[in-house]
Amino acid sequence: MVAHLLRLKLTLLRNGLKRSPWQLVGLAFGGLYALGLVGMCVVLLVLLRQEDPGLAQTVVVLGGSAALLGWGIVPVVASAVDMTLDPARFTTSAVPMPQLLAGLALGGLIGLPGLATLLVALGTVVTWSRGVLPAVGALVGALLAVFTCVVFSRVVTTATASLAASRRFKDVSGIAFMVPLVLLGPITAGIFQGMAGSGAFLSELAGRISWTPLGAAWSLGGDVERGQAGPAGLKLLIAVATLAALSWCWKLLLERALVTPPYAGSSRRKGGRLGLFALLPGTPAGAITARALTYWFRDPRYSGSLVVIPLLPVVLAFQGSQTNDYGVLMITGPLTAFLLAWSISGDVSYDNTAFALHLAAGVRGVHDRLGRALACLAFALPTVLVLAIVPFFIMRDWAWWPSILGLSVGVLLTGLGLSSVVSARYTIAVPLPGDSPFKKPPGNVGQTLAVQFGGMGVLLVLVLPEAGLVLAQVLTGAPLFGWINLALGPVLGAALFIVGVRVGGRWLDARGPELLAQVTVNR
Amino acid sequence: MSTPLTALSIRGLAKRFGTKIAVDGISLDVPAGSFFGIVGPNGAGKTTTLSMATGLLRPDFGTAVVHGVDVWAQPLQAKKLMGILPDGVRLFDRLSGEQLVTYAGLLRGMEREVVAARVGELLAAMDLSQDAGTLVVDYSAGMTKKIALASALIHAPRVLVLDEPFESVDPVSAANIRDILDRYVATGGTVIVSSHVMDLVQRMCDHVAVIAGGRILAAGTVDQVRAGASLEERFVQLVGGRSRTEGLEWLRTF
Repeated sequence: MVAHLLRLKLTLLRNGLKRSPWQLVGLAFGGLYALGLVGMCVVLLVLLRQEDPGLAQTVVVLGGSAALLGWGIVPVVASAVDMTLDPARFTTSAVPMPQLLAGLALGGLIGLPGLATLLVALGTVVTWSRGVLPAVGALVGALLAVFTCVVFSRVVTTATASLAASRRFKDVSGIAFMVPLVLLGPITAGIFQGMAGSGAFLSELAGRISWTPLGAAWSLGGDVERGQAGPAGLKLLIAVATLAALSWCWKLLLERALVTPPYAGSSRRKGGRLGLFALLPGTPAGAITARALTYWFRDPRYSGSLVVIPLLPVVLAFQGSQTNDYGVLMITGPLTAFLLAWSISGDVSYDNTAFALHLAAGVRGVHDRLGRALACLAFALPTVLVLAIVPFFIMRDWAWWPSILGLSVGVLLTGLGLSSVVSARYTIAVPLPGDSPFKKPPGNVGQTLAVQFGGMGVLLVLVLPEAGLVLAQVLTGAPLFGWINLALGPVLGAALFIVGVRVGGRWLDARGPELLAQVTVNR
Repeated sequence: MSTPLTALSIRGLAKRFGTKIAVDGISLDVPAGSFFGIVGPNGAGKTTTLSMATGLLRPDFGTAVVHGVDVWAQPLQAKKLMGILPDGVRLFDRLSGEQLVTYAGLLRGMEREVVAARVGELLAAMDLSQDAGTLVVDYSAGMTKKIALASALIHAPRVLVLDEPFESVDPVSAANIRDILDRYVATGGTVIVSSHVMDLVQRMCDHVAVIAGGRILAAGTVDQVRAGASLEERFVQLVGGRSRTEGLEWLRTF
């Protein structure tokens, strides 16, 4: 039965790859990335063999504990857990529980994260192959640790399965995950700076952690090497007990999960709250603006990109603090303008087949385009204005503000106009409604890349006048160019905005059904 | 051919997807004030035909005319006359039920006050008043179908085109919806429904067309088509493809 489950997992993986060559490409890239990472870790572990045992112990225990934590946390927040062997699917097959547990645990090792962890864990055996006993200790510890990782992640996902199935949790965790992702650079830099200053602290921390379930298994090799038989025996007990306790928890949770369907409820709410639909004009374009704005705040695929905006200046300011040159902050405004304007270039793709309502209602193309563009403009314009001006307060150098402000507004309006045209004609691969913003979207990756890069290229050409004026000011240093830019940006941008909405509207009128057919493919 | 008494007139509609011919030249007249059922096996071309007749899918050949307005020559005017419930499309499900129906009304260019009044009545009729503020994404399948139907009714269309309207709707709501549709037809509206529940069509509709393999096999009043037999018997006879119940002997060996 265990072998049967493993075969099932492999078959599912193979059939998934057969479905499209892109899947294979994705796995190949993921594999290369993982291989590089694993290779680096293994090389590090092999090199540690020559180092002082204390240092090696600190690195192995801390690294291993972090990996174990990662196995517990990442699947929940990224909602990226591999559900091909979802226990719920075995409800009707009456597999005996011990076999099911063993099969699912071993199945958890098949796949990139499992294999990578196993390989790196086995690398620690090399670190401690300074004698037979330490090597054996490290091997036992590594195997215990790897299974603890798998079982821990299963416990966490099974325990939160009913929670994770609720829409609200998915929405919030998807957005929350954005924050550390964007701030990854500053965070890691901070950690490394902290580390450099406190080597002693780290080795003491590793010593403490090695007595907890997190690090016990990882510390076996090191303790045996240093001849600490007593502590090593105790830690072996801790590690085994941890795995046993987690397995027992998993068994209980699984037994419960198999008989209770996931919680799906949310309380019923009476009406009377029309929200933005009551505030904005009761016209087709006004309704579309209200709908799009509601989506910006309610749909994690939209609001996820909103979370990035306030983090952008933080990342840039961090960059500036490293070099003590805050000039880089000036690009916050134009960059934000570009990101926000371009974010609606896949608006119809985001609607997916819900776009059929616009088509069935006979909405005029120009109303559709205008409504969507105004929704974005409603919050993008204030945001861009603020982010274009604030850096100058920090830099205390006001020479560039007219030029940057003109460029920012120009990019925003031009981008919105261009997006209105692009999304009326081309669809791109985006996560489906209700999916996590991180989920790999179905659809044609080639066309997506072509549309995205082609569109950005055109945008670059369209904002050449503003960019040229910035360049002219750089070359001549004459503030006059900045003032011209301040006037030109909004005027040219507004003109292109109107042209974009008009042209996009006409294209939509002509090709609405074809557009619907295109998004239907990615249903 | 389309007289004022014809609500929907389809001539030679055809559509091909790749090498598969989904709809192979369908012509059909739906009389005004009729309750018209379109039945057919899975993959017969029902949804494709209705999508082409309502302006959602451009046909390769043929025309569709609604109350004298060509759907593909004057789409905006034709869509004003039609209320459409497409099958298998998503809704803007991050809106609450109430917001979604309001949105559908405003998109049609209706006055806000009119929309507000009708939304309240529609939600009550669909038994959704208690869930008006709940997001559509949290609705059950049957509730989703009902809210989509409400969105199709909001502008009081002359022709209603409903693709599988009763799928996963509970019996009580289905009966309520049928009452609404019966009253709508009695006052001169036209309803076109597709379904593969023969019983329902036989009880509910006065006209029926049988589609299979992208062609019309029979069309007319329900009594003409079923010719004395039950609609289900007649349908199986027309469409064929019943597998003989031999084999599976082991199923009786427990």
